Amino acid sequence: MIFLQQVINGLTTGMLFALVAIGYTMVYGIIELINFAHGDLFMLGSFYALTVITGLQGMGVSAAGLLAALPVVFLLSMAFCALLNVGVDFLVYKPLRRAPKLTPLVSAIGVSFVFMGIGQVWKGVYDLHFPDLLPNTNLLGEGASLRFTGKDLAVFLVTVPLMLGLSVFVRTTRLGKAMRATAQNPVAAQLMGINVNLVIGATFVIGGALAGAASVIYGLSVNTVSFQMGYQNGLYAFTAAVLGGIGNLPGAMLGGIVIGLIRSLGSQYVGEQWTSALVFAILILILVFRPSGLLGARTREKV
Amino acid sequence: MNPLLRRCWPLAALAALALLPWIPGVPSKLVLQLKDILIFSILALGLNVVVGYTGLLNLGIAAFFGIGAYLTGILTVSTFPFQTGFWPALVVATVGTGLAGVLLATPTLRLRGDYLAIVTLGFGEVIKFAIKNLENITGGSKALNPIPDPSLPGFSGPWGEKGYFYLALLILGAVLLLLRNLERSRLGRMWMAIREDELAAACMGMNAATVKLSAFAIGSALAGLAGSLYAVSLDQTGDPSSYTFNRSITVLCFLIIGGMGNLKGAVVGTFVLMGYDNILTPWIDGRLQAAGSKVQFGDFKLIVFGLALIAMMRFRPEGIFPSRRIHDTTEPCVGVE
Repeated sequence: MIFLQQVINGLTTGMLFALVAIGYTMVYGIIELINFAHGDLFMLGSFYALTVITGLQGMGVSAAGLLAALPVVFLLSMAFCALLNVGVDFLVYKPLRRAPKLTPLVSAIGVSFVFMGIGQVWKGVYDLHFPDLLPNTNLLGEGASLRFTGKDLAVFLVTVPLMLGLSVFVRTTRLGKAMRATAQNPVAAQLMGINVNLVIGATFVIGGALAGAASVIYGLSVNTVSFQMGYQNGLYAFTAAVLGGIGNLPGAMLGGIVIGLIRSLGSQYVGEQWTSALVFAILILILVFRPSGLLGARTREKV
Repeated sequence: MNPLLRRCWPLAALAALALLPWIPGVPSKLVLQLKDILIFSILALGLNVVVGYTGLLNLGIAAFFGIGAYLTGILTVSTFPFQTGFWPALVVATVGTGLAGVLLATPTLRLRGDYLAIVTLGFGEVIKFAIKNLENITGGSKALNPIPDPSLPGFSGPWGEKGYFYLALLILGAVLLLLRNLERSRLGRMWMAIREDELAAACMGMNAATVKLSAFAIGSALAGLAGSLYAVSLDQTGDPSSYTFNRSITVLCFLIIGGMGNLKGAVVGTFVLMGYDNILTPWIDGRLQAAGSKVQFGDFKLIVFGLALIAMMRFRPEGIFPSRRIHDTTEPCVGVE
């Protein structure tokens, strides 16, 4: 029973990591950039949602009204993160497309510092309470030995459709096809008439929007946000992307779920304070034996 | 600049630095901060061997810094039976950290560039949590203390910030000398050959794995040396949060601002960034406060730093002192004429 409970908890947090991990993995797949700022984008998204919700509360909207307004909050936060992400790409990374690989990486670290600084100035350095709008009641009936709360359900209701939608989008639409082509070989894609810059922009929009959605549902289910949360959660999400095979969409989803499970089962059976160390130790082991991650293709370094 | 001046100004700068504590009116706090800057210069030089010379992105240098500090703590504090005193501990910390570097690098060197970076990042996180959680050994957040002052024949009494300042300056000088020679040696040239083109270097008969391993060993050993000095100058191993990913990234930024693969660059980058963080920012804040301003510059220093980093990458990605030997031929990922 405890085991099953931890599996439920692990899946819930894992889905959140997966949603953020997709943003890392898509950008890496297309321009081979480890976007260190992605976690901090996630943080700014939750700050934005918090501002919107407290604004609504200030206008005297009731709790039920807020619950009804949540889809709007989601859309606003997704749009905010998508715009921010694509804006940063346009201003910072785009001029560096032809530069050596370390240059955009360091720029991404710079963007991450700027985001974190903005978060610090915006909401201060202390932990903030995110309004508790979702019901925390056990859906399996009070008194049942397993707990699956309304919050958990909400996490699945947000993450699963988004991931399914993204998979369908990438597999079936024209733009999705262009994305896959660009990821495989940007030069050839360009020669085939694909607007590579548009594809890269779309990648940043989608990655940002998913981070925005993840940031709202994170705030609603964890109820605490701070300007440093981007760093820790970003690191987990990034680890998830690598674990699954960076550049690989199903890999990022699998990686997120695996990391969620390692964390929850580890905290049960190994000890709370060791879970993070466990995650990274397992990451190292997997990379040593499967250098391209769980689902990554066995690529050889291009000469 | 005339050639003689160009050759001598780093020496002159070090000499000027050595005289600084004797100038009347120099606050002892400044000496203390300069001591830290010198120690972090050694750490930056260690990272420079791995990232700058050999081109292997290491995002976990703080872990090696921490291993050096805690080895020193374990060997010297009174709660452990060793109590070897500082000098043997310094040697053990340096060599031991180098070995830790080899231990991490051996199974992971066959990984592609970015994956290696991630393994070092993961290793850094594992060490961070090990330091935090193994309270029986590391003291957790209470840290290991007190680490006794190093013993010198004919000298007793507290070392104070001046003593540690000179110790750090001396060791930094020795490390610079060592690296200057190493850079021009067979090994140094092999590092750079691997960085420029691993395949070509292997075709010339180099064993890429051993060359990379040696870079990892020496880089980690220098980080351990810096950690050992850091711990003894604080009299304790300090806060476990000194050894986190944040520190690794900051030290990487020292190199990038100063210029990769270049001794001057590593040291100057450390002085510029730590000077900004620890000396300039408090000074500006002091001024602002005196002027009655409620706004603190410290709140904005992260944004300013981030913007500076972005601007640097846009307009001068090779750093303040570009290395004369780096010729990056990496193909851009999206590149069509």
